[in-house]
Amino acid sequence: MSNILVVLESREGSLRPVCLEALGAARSFADQRGSSVIALATEKCELDAALLGGAGADKVLIADAAGHSADGAAATAARVAKENEATVVLLSATVHGRDLTARIAALLGTGFAADCTSLDAAAMTFTRPEFGGKAFTTIKINGPVAVASLRGNFFAAAGRTATAEMGEVSSEAGVSMVTAINSQASGRPDVSEATKVISGGRGMGDAANWSLIEAVADAIPGCALGASRAVVDSGWRPHSEQVGQTGKTVAPELYIAAGISGAIQHLAGMNSSKVIVAINKDADAPIFKHATYGIVGDALEVLPALAEELKKLNL
Amino acid sequence: MNIISFVKRVPATTANVAIVDNKLNPEGVEFVLNPYDEFAVEESLAIKEAAGAGSVTAISFGAGESQKELRTVLAMGADAAVLLANPAAPEADGATTARVLAEACKDREFDLLMFGKQAVDRDQHGVGPAVATLLGVPCITEVVKLDVVDGKVIAEREIEGARETVEASLPCAITCQKGLNTPRFASLRGIMAAKKKPLEVVEVEVGEAAVEVVAMNMPPARPAGRIVGEGAAAVPELVDALRNEAKVL
Repeated sequence: MSNILVVLESREGSLRPVCLEALGAARSFADQRGSSVIALATEKCELDAALLGGAGADKVLIADAAGHSADGAAATAARVAKENEATVVLLSATVHGRDLTARIAALLGTGFAADCTSLDAAAMTFTRPEFGGKAFTTIKINGPVAVASLRGNFFAAAGRTATAEMGEVSSEAGVSMVTAINSQASGRPDVSEATKVISGGRGMGDAANWSLIEAVADAIPGCALGASRAVVDSGWRPHSEQVGQTGKTVAPELYIAAGISGAIQHLAGMNSSKVIVAINKDADAPIFKHATYGIVGDALEVLPALAEELKKLNL
Repeated sequence: MNIISFVKRVPATTANVAIVDNKLNPEGVEFVLNPYDEFAVEESLAIKEAAGAGSVTAISFGAGESQKELRTVLAMGADAAVLLANPAAPEADGATTARVLAEACKDREFDLLMFGKQAVDRDQHGVGPAVATLLGVPCITEVVKLDVVDGKVIAEREIEGARETVEASLPCAITCQKGLNTPRFASLRGIMAAKKKPLEVVEVEVGEAAVEVVAMNMPPARPAGRIVGEGAAAVPELVDALRNEAKVL
């Protein structure tokens, strides 16, 4: 009996919601092949059987490791994959997930596909961006097991009503250990996982003008902040907000680019967004060729008006 | 401190991509040292300099052209370079590349294996941790701060919405993220010195690839958009379109 294994990610005892998308993707494989979806938490955490069942899991296994060790987690996942004769192992393409994907594949003697944006459960193929999103490659993994990480916002939880069967497994010891986690207390989601993003570029003029960007973000629930490479290199914004080929690749429902001209590296990092809004003084800026909606104008004048208009909606 | 710094020749991030036969068409494309590998090389050199002893060896799995990038790394200050040569290397997937690199490390002594967190061509984010796993050494990925003290590595990395501290013992593998350091440029003296440094070319077998490419396509074209207007006056129409047309608010 072949199974589909999803390796869940938790932080300080709580499940990270992005994992639910991988469970939905796993469901598509399981339904195709009549197999089960097993979700594995490689560390102790609080899990809701109805939430995971609804997202696509048939069975949930929780390992007894107290903290995160990447090598320990990979060894646990590889062992559970073998014990359950998994043919597909899925993770989320987070910092932890990408790391574990490569390790689990190495332990299972197989290939891996990172950052997949779509998959074909019948053909067992995975499609993933390369060259920072300038091309998409569809691959088949040679080997007994296909290991893949899935990029956030490209897959959806199954949305069914089901309660997963809960169980426990032992964990493998690791040699590297996470010793501290310092959360950034911004209260905003990470730009790579948000469904709404507002990014600023050089056209914002100065780091102090980011209050205008924040005012727009405050009016849209769940909106993350992004930045172009130029402003990160100028020290206006932290690297964790950089969108583009040497930053984060994002695919939100709504991406607002304020004062960003649209260098090829930036476009590669956000071109999969569902709706792109461009606000730029220069009517010839490349960003307008990719935008769903554009306003030609100074971001410093347009953003306050946008924040006001959005506030009226009470979103 | 003996350090191996892994590097790859990749298309510049400014390059346009064209596809022929499910591969990148290299014609007219500028190739450079992978930007994340520059952070790895800089960190390797800084650690060796701080330790006051040891060596930095650059290793690349590439086609013959990769000698150019290895010379760049020698000019930055690496002591020796090895090209694991195979014409199929530029197309190799992460798991296959990791197998080749791990094999090459088996008979080498090292304290640190330094990688870029990803190569900006195949973007697989996995060669470092896969090599470490095959060699049975710990690995810390996407590092933005690194301290090596008393045989121990203390690293910080940015995870989604938080910064994490990770500890491991040497020998250890590290994959480097932007923010770790500012890579040095090769000096003229460095470039001259690099010409006399050893660059060994070793032909390697690749074996069966771990991944088979079925298709490679350009991203789907975006539907044509529209300019809603000029300046702040266009905002009400934009918000109306986002709410009632695109339905994203």
